[in-house]
Amino acid sequence: MSTSAPSLAVWKFASCDGCQLSLLNCEKELLAVADAVQIAYFPEATRGYIEGPYDISLVEGSITTGEDARRIQEVRAVSKRVITIGACATSGGIQALRNSADVRDFTEAVYAHPEYISTLERSTPISAHITVDFQLRGCPIDRAQLLEVVAAFVQGRQPRIPTYSVCVECKRRGLTCVAVAKGMACLGPVTQAGCGALCPSFDRGCYGCFGPQDSANTSSLADRLASAGMTSRDIQRLFSTYNVGSQAFGAQAQREQGGAR
Amino acid sequence: MAGVSVLDLAGLGALLDALHSRGYTVLGPTVRDGVITTGEVHTLEDLPRGVGDEQDAGHYRLRERGDDAIFGFAAPMQSAKQVFFPADELIWRGRRTPDGAFDVGHAQSDPAPVALFGVRSCDLAAVGVHDAVLDRREFVDTRYQARRDGTFVVAASCAEPAGTCFCVSMDTGPKPTGGYDIALTEILDGEHRFLAEAGTPAGEEVLAEVPAQPADYDDVAAADEVIDQARSRMGRTMRTDGLRDLLYASAQSPHWEDVANRCLACTNCTMVCPTCFCTSVEDVSDLTGDIDERHRVWDSCFSQEYSRLHTNFVRSTTAARYRQWATHKLASWQDQFGMSGCVGCGRCIAWCPAGIDITAEVAVLRGTALREAKG
Repeated sequence: MSTSAPSLAVWKFASCDGCQLSLLNCEKELLAVADAVQIAYFPEATRGYIEGPYDISLVEGSITTGEDARRIQEVRAVSKRVITIGACATSGGIQALRNSADVRDFTEAVYAHPEYISTLERSTPISAHITVDFQLRGCPIDRAQLLEVVAAFVQGRQPRIPTYSVCVECKRRGLTCVAVAKGMACLGPVTQAGCGALCPSFDRGCYGCFGPQDSANTSSLADRLASAGMTSRDIQRLFSTYNVGSQAFGAQAQREQGGAR
Repeated sequence: MAGVSVLDLAGLGALLDALHSRGYTVLGPTVRDGVITTGEVHTLEDLPRGVGDEQDAGHYRLRERGDDAIFGFAAPMQSAKQVFFPADELIWRGRRTPDGAFDVGHAQSDPAPVALFGVRSCDLAAVGVHDAVLDRREFVDTRYQARRDGTFVVAASCAEPAGTCFCVSMDTGPKPTGGYDIALTEILDGEHRFLAEAGTPAGEEVLAEVPAQPADYDDVAAADEVIDQARSRMGRTMRTDGLRDLLYASAQSPHWEDVANRCLACTNCTMVCPTCFCTSVEDVSDLTGDIDERHRVWDSCFSQEYSRLHTNFVRSTTAARYRQWATHKLASWQDQFGMSGCVGCGRCIAWCPAGIDITAEVAVLRGTALREAKG
């Protein structure tokens, strides 16, 4: 570790830890990461920490409590650059399902003593609270994309993170289109690339982990799924996963719930 | 018939052997993961014997034909595009030297010569389009040229057009008329055989090594019948008279918005199109910044980023992007390269997850233009 290397902090909010684990899972690149940045605060990896301010903060998780809403302001105050990592931090995560329901119904269904639970009505992305310098998508994030973003910030250049659809990656790999050739429900056409078309390569439709692509036409895809026999309820579920908090997926889920067809 | 011979199945196998013995990597139709697509062909067993397909807008399925046909299907999922024009091409790799300079090594392409086997006339026409675009203009794509040089082509007439095919409209099929070393027409009536025509001296030389009979009148008549049958069973048509002017005159048509309501802007049509050649250049550096690479990757006019100039998007709406694609393919391509950018293979129709059909959209534009002309 070089002391002139930029310092890196990793913060956790409401999340499963999978995205920070992607950093630890970098394996052979991990030593290069440790050379390129000074890992100053990363409780999941080490108890030792260096006081801020930090050059780069990676933020995982969404804001779901009043305490977190206060803490994220502190993170911003001690960070030169804030990069959110993962679907929770960039769109609110699976826990944003509460946004279109009454959160008390969930707490009463899940907890023996819901009166002990102190939580906000909505799960919101980090960008709803502070200025964010870059948002890295995915549930979880892609390791290669994380390394690209860290390298870009260390080198002071634009990260090369495409915003087009998963179909681009699918076709570049020469994979069979599971929607056209197998009739599977696949969110690939409306989902941002980044995973390398992982699910289609294993004969499954895309689940939309990377959120909407830059020109997502969710209503057209939903029309196709409906004309292939899928019910509004099932289409709603398809859009109601890790990125239900994104505008495009959330709005389509709402339309299906509203019985648009 | 002079220069025309007839092979049986064993003769077709011998043709593959002759290509392999000349050192070619033979690429042809193979069944993989529910589709017929391009793969390496070692023996007859690698070819899709008895396998057909059904294709319609946004729909592709394999089917059992119930016979022994080797070429009993329409356009495979992939054309020959990626054989000569790969989806990801390394242009150069640079390494920082101890004195802080960059040592740039240009990626050497030294590919084994390729024999295309069973390529359809629509796809062969598309290879011709790429030759014109990439290999015969002022600045030559040297990597494309290196891959194309020394290619051997065994074309196959199309006997089973799909619901998405319109090569007859675009005058590219179903029988190849050039650009091949050997052209085959499969005959299933009576004895299962292949009419083989040499198109070049190299093709004649290879055919001379393969056990074959000279073709007689009945063989030629049977092959002509196969072509006539295919010609009469095109799944789609596109009127091409005045097509270029129609597209230009339709620039402000409200119909582009109608298409955009359905278009997913997913890029599939451009990825599967055998003539689409848009790429982006991407620079990649590792964490240390000591190793950098420049890649050329397939891109698409349906991607928003692709139309970014400085800080703005030239084509910010999907309507503008579909119009750009269709107008380039069918109209401005003619001005630019003196040919159509569409060969009628129908892949953009079959592989569109929204089932958008370029022949239907053009027919709407034509109908609108006719109504307006009548006033």
